[in-house]
Amino acid sequence: METTQTEAPAPTLTSAQIQRFDSEMAVVLSHYPADRKQAAMLPALRLMQDMLGYLTPDSLRRVATTLEVSPEKTAEVATFYTQFRLSPVGTHYIEVCTNLSCSLRGAEQLVEQIQARLGIGLGESTPDGKFSLREVECLASCGTAPCLQVNEEFYETLTPQSLDQLLAKLGSQPGASAR
Amino acid sequence: MDQPPPTFELPEKFRIEKIVTRRWNTPEAWKLGVYEADGGYQGLKKAVTIPQPDLIDLVKKSNLRGRGGAGFPTGLKWSFIPKDNPKPRYLAINADESEPGTFKDRYICDLDPHLLIEGAAIAAYAIGAHVAYIYIRGEFKRPAERIQAALAEAYAAGHLGQKLGGSDYALDLHLVRGAGAYICGEETALLESLEGKRGWPRLKPPFPAVVGLFGAPTVVNNVETVANLPAIVLRGPEWFAKLGTEKSGGTRLLCVSGHVQKPGVVEIHMQTTLRQLVNEVCGGPLPGRKIKAVIPGGSSAPVLDDSELDVACEFEALKNAGTMAGSGGVIVMDDSTCMVRSLWRISKFYAEESCGQCTPCREGTPWLEALLFKIESGRAVDRDLQTLLDVAKAICPFPPMGLGNTICALGDAAALPVHSFVKHFRGEFERHVREQRCPFPHPWGEVTAKLPRLPRSPRADEARV
Repeated sequence: METTQTEAPAPTLTSAQIQRFDSEMAVVLSHYPADRKQAAMLPALRLMQDMLGYLTPDSLRRVATTLEVSPEKTAEVATFYTQFRLSPVGTHYIEVCTNLSCSLRGAEQLVEQIQARLGIGLGESTPDGKFSLREVECLASCGTAPCLQVNEEFYETLTPQSLDQLLAKLGSQPGASAR
Repeated sequence: MDQPPPTFELPEKFRIEKIVTRRWNTPEAWKLGVYEADGGYQGLKKAVTIPQPDLIDLVKKSNLRGRGGAGFPTGLKWSFIPKDNPKPRYLAINADESEPGTFKDRYICDLDPHLLIEGAAIAAYAIGAHVAYIYIRGEFKRPAERIQAALAEAYAAGHLGQKLGGSDYALDLHLVRGAGAYICGEETALLESLEGKRGWPRLKPPFPAVVGLFGAPTVVNNVETVANLPAIVLRGPEWFAKLGTEKSGGTRLLCVSGHVQKPGVVEIHMQTTLRQLVNEVCGGPLPGRKIKAVIPGGSSAPVLDDSELDVACEFEALKNAGTMAGSGGVIVMDDSTCMVRSLWRISKFYAEESCGQCTPCREGTPWLEALLFKIESGRAVDRDLQTLLDVAKAICPFPPMGLGNTICALGDAAALPVHSFVKHFRGEFERHVREQRCPFPHPWGEVTAKLPRLPRSPRADEARV
């Protein structure tokens, strides 16, 4: 968890956030046997990330307490799944598929175009915190390749023109596609 | 942004009665009213009046085989649930569709979620499960929202819950979202993930039917598999069996992508050959190009070259051709494509997605990727090609299929493409080594040549793509 503590201190959960987490988790936990609280791990981590933007050390501790597991268990799971983030990302989180079907239809060019427009490489964020860029594996959009997701929304059959339109839209309307 | 339609009208010769995709072009088919108006939930209502052993026999007779990759007979899988085990039973629906080249389940979930729910409910009733989970991959946000909304509608209408399909049988069906891990499509990894752990596959045996979710007997079925159940129950197993081939009933969804004129999901007769699929159903290669290679069942399936395409898109036929039907992901590459580059990208995927649990896969997959990158970037020495094959063999020898050295099939899936690409296109690999460069002007094919190449950002050169 060291990596999350190198920059500004991560925010702690507000009481409103704790309240929302507890009430939503009560429903989720009712889906599993009473002695299997850990089963709610993925829903719990997703809920925290949706509220906070990433999984803060404080949120991981809260998940551990709620599910009655050690904090190490939550860290173990949070670090395994690629969608869980342990540090903040930009408002518009761009995830480009470069797997075979998308590359056959020009995904490498898409990545280059985004990098050129935003001035960042894969795995980086713009200094203003507006955009983050990441390469991802197959998004099951191979028939409508190439594709990318912005904050988990699909954008498909992209061309250099439609990609520029998309970037312009995201740039001119900050937060338009944020959840 | 509006999403493009996933399918298109097939040429008349190939048109069949659609089972799974019939409502994909119906406006708002994801709403209960639309689904019910088209006969929705009638299959469930009928199923719950059939005694469970008879329902399992009925599905056995239909010759329905699993559509997730292995093609295992569904009724037989259900019958492995022990009758004398006092523990509760579970059903898990595998909606973790992540096999590169596969994109059918996403549309079933997104466009016809009630069909998935009805099919899942029939399967749960058949095996005697009172709790079932749909495990959907985390990236499918809208499909998950559609399923969640459909579940609420189905509960409110009384299809689910205490009186399943109007019977006295109780079923609770829950949706769980994954969080980005290809391995969770492997059924035991999926169960681990459902238990809130890392998606590390389990050693088998015991199989999930005996020791599955929470240590209890569990069946894991694919989305497309259960989507066939309402029609099977309503119209009878004989009708369904007749739609297919001798050992495999029903239609099949194939996901065609890559260098064809009309990519998309098509529901076809299993006797359709790969050549017909590519040339006639999907409009053939791009202008001026010829087909070079086809991967018939998702990136894990051994590749076929142009001379081998007169094979039916059916489990047994593809197996006899030395490959597999897999998940129905048909990836087409034309003659302007570099096979080394394509294999490198496939290997990069498996290196990225190896769960890290067992050694041959964890250590071997990055080696495959690194050696292929070396060959593609023109820095390979003569022995690298043999080393590549040796590493692949250490993970999983081939042929025959099924002798992998790893806990789960991800290792096999990483090794099989290497064996088959080199076997079919060895000359191309050797040329890369000999000439110390990639001989293709556009490694991803001519179609990508039309796209502009932009100046790279200063940091972009560090990226390995």
